[in-house]
Amino acid sequence: MSILKKTLMIGAMVAISACTNAGRFGDDAYGSGGAGSGAIVPGSANDPTSTAYFNQTVGDRVLFLVDQSNLSPEAQLVLDGQAKWLMTNADYVAVIEGHADEQGTREYNLALGARRANAAREYLISRGVAPNRLKTISYGKERPIEICSEEACYAKNRRAVTVLSAGLTG
Amino acid sequence: MKRFLLSLFVGLSCVTTPVLAQNGPLRIEITDGVIEPLPFAVPNLVPATPGDVQIGADLARVISADLSGTGLFREVPSSAYISGINDFNAPVQYADWKAVNAQALVTGAVSTSGDTLTVQFRLYDVFSNAELGNGLQFTGSVQGWRRMAHKVADAVYSRITGEGGYFDSRVTFVSESGPKDQRAKRLAIMDYDGANVQYLTDSSSIVLAPRFSPSGDRVLYTSYETGAPRIYVLDVGQVQRRVLEQKEGTMSFAPRFAPNGHTVVFSLTEGGNTDIYTMEIASGEIVRRTSAPSIETAPSYSPDGSQIVFESDRSGTQQLYVMPASGGEATRISFGQGRYGTPVWSPRGDMIAFTKQSKGRFHIGVMRTDGSEERLLTASFLDEGPTWAPNGRVIMFARETQGAQGRSGLYSVDISGRNLKPIPTPDGASDPAWSPLQD
Repeated sequence: MSILKKTLMIGAMVAISACTNAGRFGDDAYGSGGAGSGAIVPGSANDPTSTAYFNQTVGDRVLFLVDQSNLSPEAQLVLDGQAKWLMTNADYVAVIEGHADEQGTREYNLALGARRANAAREYLISRGVAPNRLKTISYGKERPIEICSEEACYAKNRRAVTVLSAGLTG
Repeated sequence: MKRFLLSLFVGLSCVTTPVLAQNGPLRIEITDGVIEPLPFAVPNLVPATPGDVQIGADLARVISADLSGTGLFREVPSSAYISGINDFNAPVQYADWKAVNAQALVTGAVSTSGDTLTVQFRLYDVFSNAELGNGLQFTGSVQGWRRMAHKVADAVYSRITGEGGYFDSRVTFVSESGPKDQRAKRLAIMDYDGANVQYLTDSSSIVLAPRFSPSGDRVLYTSYETGAPRIYVLDVGQVQRRVLEQKEGTMSFAPRFAPNGHTVVFSLTEGGNTDIYTMEIASGEIVRRTSAPSIETAPSYSPDGSQIVFESDRSGTQQLYVMPASGGEATRISFGQGRYGTPVWSPRGDMIAFTKQSKGRFHIGVMRTDGSEERLLTASFLDEGPTWAPNGRVIMFARETQGAQGRSGLYSVDISGRNLKPIPTPDGASDPAWSPLQD
């Protein structure tokens, strides 16, 4: 494995963990980091080729209505951005994770999550992303990000998330 | 007298006799709209030696808990006893038990020899002044003493209700810990009453929905061990597992054994579409059983293996369908308000249990196999995933509480809707599956 590739992968891992933190403690992650204004720190959210940029600026997820896997106009806009980014940053592959809210039976939600992930994948392919760069997986209702039992939380849990990783060879 | 009794016990080790067709007062019809629970007494089993006193008391306690736990029986506390049972072979003083209104009396004797435990018991119909059925003897290991108690309780339950027992059985389930957004899951197995919990996997990956083989020796389950959901088969005794064959790029889940024990029915998702397939475990040969753009999942065989009930949203919402085991045209059987999922065929073949969602609530329900006589047994924020007791009279399921602190636990309920109660588990628990009666 080349040093460049290792660096890329480590960079991606750091970016992913940074993103996780950002999601949970948003203010801390952004509030005090104003020193290097303008400078592009590789791998950071202001590096347009970074995973962090993809996750935060392009948007890594689309949301769905109850029991639906149709892509709303807003979702299509996000996916247009994802497709564009993926075409520009050809070193990345993605796994699209489909999720459901807790209001459903376990097996059905697994199947529903798969439908959602597939809807996002098909859309990205229709916008020119190579099919072999896109895999899907469903977590059903196993991995909520919001834990309240109200529509405000359910709406965020009914999602398809495009998770990048570096490492496409050739 | 003593010699006569001893001869009765010969050859009866670990065998239950058929139920006697007795029409005395000592009879519970489970289907009745009951009920005043039937009072019974289980004095401590008579120990062979002073060293067996404790186990004799422990056995009586478990027998009593099994019977009381059905909601069909009520224990007469030992503090009310007029006389005790100090000699298993002495004639029973019926008057003493009538006086405390114990309609059924269970007496027993226990002896241990090394690791071998021997339990004898007799059941008396106190108000008929008669023994109900013959005395039985069970032998097993000292560590397995609870099973001996369950076998006694099964025989008592069976003789009085005319139904098969279900106490000498196990439950496999998913043990859950941690908050909702970081929940750790691992497979576990325990006795039906929550005793003897043993973990079968660690919690490093998501595991879902374990299901017993018809003989109870193996468990099918779904795990994310390789990153995507795949089906594993686990040998319960050896705690060894192996992954089943899978087509590249697909996801498989919701497995159940066919009654033959070597075919598995499951859901396979390819390109976002979920259908029902079967697989021969030995050869890995896969056959597609449904072909529709809708979601087809949660398949369950009829006990004779000829049909499969499953859920599908082909009509626009989740509903229940029955099709021949070989596939082909499916008949919709659910027509009520709401969505129906997770159908499970009763081991008696007469009913199908299901999860129903209606008006923001979840229910466990049962219906006849043609969809008639639908009856909802429970209602809560989230009830899900019924599993049948071996006798087809009791259902266990998972109930999750609402909100950020929501927690899942196991419950059981009679198919009459009575006797809803929690099953104790060390942590949170979901996806229960009841074993057949043990040998």
